[in-house]
Amino acid sequence: MRDILSFRGFVALFLLGIIVAGISSAVGQIPFGQPDSEVGQLYLENGLQDTGAPNLVTSVVAGYRALDTLGEVVVLFVAATGLSAVLATSKRRVERELEDASLVLKTGCRIFFPLILLFGAYLFIHGHLTPGGGFQGGAVIGSAFLLVYLGCSGRRVSADAAGAIESLSGFGFVFLGLLGLLVGGSYFLSNFLPKGDLYELISAGIFPLIYILIGLKVGSEFAGIVDSMIEESK
Amino acid sequence: MTITARKGDPMIIIATVTVFFMLGAAVSIFFFKDLMNAVVASSLVSLTATVLFFLLQAPDVAMAEAAIGVALVTGIFVIAIRRTERFEK
Amino acid sequence: MIFLSEYIYYIGAIGLIFIGLLIVLVKRNLIKVVIGINVLDTGVNLFLISSGYLKGGTAPIYSPGSDAAPSTMVDPVPQALVLTAIVIGASVLALALSLGIKLYDHYETLDLEEIRGQRW
Repeated sequence: MRDILSFRGFVALFLLGIIVAGISSAVGQIPFGQPDSEVGQLYLENGLQDTGAPNLVTSVVAGYRALDTLGEVVVLFVAATGLSAVLATSKRRVERELEDASLVLKTGCRIFFPLILLFGAYLFIHGHLTPGGGFQGGAVIGSAFLLVYLGCSGRRVSADAAGAIESLSGFGFVFLGLLGLLVGGSYFLSNFLPKGDLYELISAGIFPLIYILIGLKVGSEFAGIVDSMIEESK
Repeated sequence: MTITARKGDPMIIIATVTVFFMLGAAVSIFFFKDLMNAVVASSLVSLTATVLFFLLQAPDVAMAEAAIGVALVTGIFVIAIRRTERFEK
Repeated sequence: MIFLSEYIYYIGAIGLIFIGLLIVLVKRNLIKVVIGINVLDTGVNLFLISSGYLKGGTAPIYSPGSDAAPSTMVDPVPQALVLTAIVIGASVLALALSLGIKLYDHYETLDLEEIRGQRW
């Protein structure tokens, strides 16, 4: 309360009022519920024939704009690397008493950890058929490791294994792209595998492979982030 | 194909209630002195945003927001608060 | 009611952007500032998704047995963008928090006015 009633608070409110009024008057011109995007229409109309994936968001993420996805995975990698580099030299001063997790949390962790992992894997394996995909599945796997740190006291993610999975899946992504360049067509990450039958699990060419690699990479990345943040405060 | 909003369209009512709940949670972040409360309020913002994404026919995004915004980010904030200090002076 | 059905999602998105920016500008606690960035992020994502919404549209996913035509589906491009933006946002936020932890180790405070030269 004190900080909003200061001079600084009033100046910030005034400036933000100008910004929000500007944004609102511009946004009011955009009619809601009538998207006017030609590229979106193009993807909607040709997506099923081009890629064979019923989930069109997947066909944009892993097909049409796969190169952007590779760039975003690289950003994720750089952020995780920066985090562990920043925290690597951190020192602990206060040793804190750690309470043991309660029986409910321990048992729940033991039962639910494999189920959550299974659900994450389901999400990224079926990413081209149903809602879900590599990013969501990876995030679910990362939150499973968060549960391990809360509940199963003493268990740690092996940093070496996480690093190995992460670099192998990143390498696999680039390798698939280069293979597409060599075998399939004239561009990076082209879909060189047969499309298969619609609505089958093994269909849509390389999309399930790309999503499995992205899922493993995002999952191990987030597990590594949680691990390196929690490391010193153990 | 356009569907005009009828009077008392249930989806609009759900969306309105959710939006005001979300804005209320966001405003309450400003006033909490305990950072742990602020983190829980920010995860409430993410949870209501998940509902809105689902109403806007974006199930993929709703799933990502539910897994990341509600679970992972909250966990990371709690770890960071545990390593620093809990109360805002 | 017509006004709400036209603008309610934009009101939510711009409201979140406003509150997030206000927290970033006014608050002095570093973790509070990062929470503000998180709220701002959610607002921008909500705005992008609602800009791609088609009234009465369905999710851009074909399913066996349904006769959804491409012209009745919402735009998949903003959804694909936001999907990756959420993941990137979370990892960048973790990076920001790790910098905050290092600052706390060094200065023993999270107050940005006590950490010299960080605030107006």
